[in-house]
Amino acid sequence: MAEEERRHTIVVLVDNEPGVLARVIGLFSGRGYNIESLTVAQVDKVRAQSRINIVTTGTELVIEQIKALLGKLVPVHRVQDLTIEGPHVERELALVKVLGDREQLVRALRIADFMHARLVDSSPESFVFEMTGTSDELDAFISLVEPVEVSRAGVVAIGRGRTVLASNGA
Amino acid sequence: MTAATLAPAAVDTQSMTGSQVVLRALVEQGVDTIFGYPGGAVLPLYDAIFQQDKIRHVLVRHEQAAVHAAEGYARSTGKVGVVLVTSGPGATNTVTGLTDALMDSVPIVCLTGQVPTHMIGNDAFQEADTVGITRPCTKHNYLVKRPEDLARVMHEAFHVARSGRPGPVVIDLPKNIQMGKAVYQGKDEVRHRSYHPRREPDAERIEQAIEMIARAERPVFYVGGGLVNAGHEACALLTELVHETGYPITQTLMGLGAYPGSDPQSLGMLGMHGTYEANLAMYHCDVMVCIGARFDDRVTGRLDGFSPGSKKIHIDIDPSSINKNIAVDVSVVADAVEAVGALLAAWRRRSNSVSRDKVAPWWGQIEEWRKKDSLRFRQDGAGIKPQTAIRRLYEATRESDVYVTTDVGQHQMWAAQHFTFEKPMRWLTSGGLGTMGYGFPAALGVQMAHPDATVLCISGDASWVMNMQEMSTAIQYRLPVKTFILNNSYMGMVRQWQDFFHGQRHASSYMESLPDFVKLAEAFGATGLRATTVEELDQVIATALATDGPVLVDVVVDREENVYPMIPGGAAHNEIKLSPEDEGQHEAISEEGMVLV
Ligand SMILES: Cc1cc2nc3c(=O)[nH]c(=O)nc-3n(C[C@H](O)[C@H](O)[C@H](O)COP(=O)(O)OP(=O)(O)OC[C@H]3O[C@@H](n4cnc5c(N)ncnc54)[C@H](O)[C@@H]3O)c2cc1C
Ligand SMILES: Cc1ncc(C[n+]2csc(CCOP(=O)(O)OP(=O)(O)O)c2C)c(N)n1
Repeated sequence: MAEEERRHTIVVLVDNEPGVLARVIGLFSGRGYNIESLTVAQVDKVRAQSRINIVTTGTELVIEQIKALLGKLVPVHRVQDLTIEGPHVERELALVKVLGDREQLVRALRIADFMHARLVDSSPESFVFEMTGTSDELDAFISLVEPVEVSRAGVVAIGRGRTVLASNGA
Repeated sequence: MTAATLAPAAVDTQSMTGSQVVLRALVEQGVDTIFGYPGGAVLPLYDAIFQQDKIRHVLVRHEQAAVHAAEGYARSTGKVGVVLVTSGPGATNTVTGLTDALMDSVPIVCLTGQVPTHMIGNDAFQEADTVGITRPCTKHNYLVKRPEDLARVMHEAFHVARSGRPGPVVIDLPKNIQMGKAVYQGKDEVRHRSYHPRREPDAERIEQAIEMIARAERPVFYVGGGLVNAGHEACALLTELVHETGYPITQTLMGLGAYPGSDPQSLGMLGMHGTYEANLAMYHCDVMVCIGARFDDRVTGRLDGFSPGSKKIHIDIDPSSINKNIAVDVSVVADAVEAVGALLAAWRRRSNSVSRDKVAPWWGQIEEWRKKDSLRFRQDGAGIKPQTAIRRLYEATRESDVYVTTDVGQHQMWAAQHFTFEKPMRWLTSGGLGTMGYGFPAALGVQMAHPDATVLCISGDASWVMNMQEMSTAIQYRLPVKTFILNNSYMGMVRQWQDFFHGQRHASSYMESLPDFVKLAEAFGATGLRATTVEELDQVIATALATDGPVLVDVVVDREENVYPMIPGGAAHNEIKLSPEDEGQHEAISEEGMVLV
């Protein structure tokens, strides 16, 4: 099996019950796996289910282990490795604060315009931009505008086309 | 509440307390015995126990022992073991036992008391974050915050503990939930939303596996604790499959008894202290059939030297066991009873086309290895060799209905090597966590489940002391466990490693000021015996077995004996050391190997 490490985006459908996030995080920290990003939010109120998006890196064996261990957690309904299971869309949101004089702010605004970031707050010495895109796009924007503060939401992802991730039965 | 009111029809399910709901769920789940220790946060539950007679409560002397006793009960019956402890220190004392059960796949439900819900998080008296502390050492855990969840959680916990890969489950029960009103739900009214482990094998994988098995020229079955988990039927089917193929089989420490140990096709235990023939068969085989074993590092040795030329088949109920340490060629996720049944059926469909002659040369090779007689030892002089003590104990009990538990160390390995098990669930040992102090309480749990059986605890002078307070439990419940301490005045296994790998510097491994075990037994009200010569040994064994009630036997053995064979940490199967004459080579152990435990 392949030895080189690869980045994987894994989505997990879980019961929205206390401790479920601690279980997922504990699985990674307890076994020394990486988490590059992790997001969680309720996505189905009626069934009280949440969706966790995890970006991690590892060799093929490690990624297999991670998925098997996630699948074993009692409140977990489904585990999907989007990196393997076909084309998907990944997005991340960032709020980016830039400080400076007029000239610096105008320069930032131009970059934002060009990269499709939105201005969501402004004062005479500061701008806050909102940007949505792939993690790479966010990285590029952030390195260009030289912000003083960044807040990123982490990756959310979904498969392209007709495939649907839903809990089996119940 | 009287016993009669526990009968389903007779209960007014609307006016039960939480404690009554807990007890009723236990009864419906088939529980007859629980092991526990009281305290403020579980007094309502104890009160409910007091007022019924369907469930026996066994009062242990330390909560860790409650879990080990429940493990002994569970492992020797195939049922779920149940523990009840109070909040705070009661709960934290169970952590070692829970971790032990998790590592060895033992089904346990552990009920812990908790401070009332409105006080959680306030550093209340005897509050501990039990679900937080036990999350990594349980298969799953629950904090019940609403009375309406109680019955469902109880039934779910049993389902989770016993299905799939078994393991421990904690239910944290705040005191107000135990005391308040709660509504009962029967177990059939509860279906788990997400947890439904796969049991049936994939038919195509079974075909692939049997194809590989049929073509093998140097096959070996490598089986483990998962078969014991899967039960008597799985072990019986396996025995048929092994007999019909005529192939050799080796068992892990946890798998001893899954296949009759005295059968000629059995190569005995493999791994660090396994037999020469088992380890070399693993190294040189062309097809390895692993069933319910998990390629533990004590078994594989150095990974890149592990059975380098073989195709590997792995059958396991837990998908995360597969490809964890060793990449395999065919994997089957299924319960061993289903998978072995399917293999056997597939084998029978094609067996007439498989020639037995093709494995004859392989057996010839194995017989050569067997001639090394790798478990040999020299009993000279009057002093007792530890191996002799185990052999004599085996001879004295082999015709009876015998169960054996051990502690951890050299004595554990000698017991594994020299006591032969013909049936599953007769051998109970702490394999994964290697918990000293496991053996004696586990034996009490076994004896509770099998009152008429002969239950032996084979222990060491250091290990036994770790849970010796349980002699009080043995006395109180008249549990006639026979404990044999192989007393070498050392933490023998630690001393052995210091001799091999740390220049014979015996740092803190000599047991100074050991108690007089005979007097100690007597202080508890048990019988104490001692043997110092081989001649005394047989007499003392006979006396112990004939004595009513618990007996503690101090078997004074050779202090310097080491466990062989041994594959040093970080070495491969073919680098196995057979005797002290090989010892010099330990100097050459790699630094990489030294860091392994
Ligand atoms: C001092 C010491 C020395 C040791 N030396 C050795 C040694 O020389 N040799 C040795 O073998 N061990 C040794 N051990 C034990 C070792 O550490 C491991 O505990 C042991 O090897 C694991 O056994 P196992 O592979 O059978 O797996 P277990 O821990 O018994 O795990 C069972 C496996 O079966 C699976 N399973 C469970 N239920 C089912 C089912 N119904 N159907 C299918 N699969 C199922 C589980 O998912 C798991 O993968 C030693 C331990 C100590 C303390
Ligand atoms: C709770 C615990 N602490 C420490 C160890 C490490 N350890 C493994 S074997 C051993 C010595 C056991 O000595 P003894 O019970 O006398 O058995 P012997 O090896 O002499 O047969 C120790 C300390 C352990 N396994 N468990």
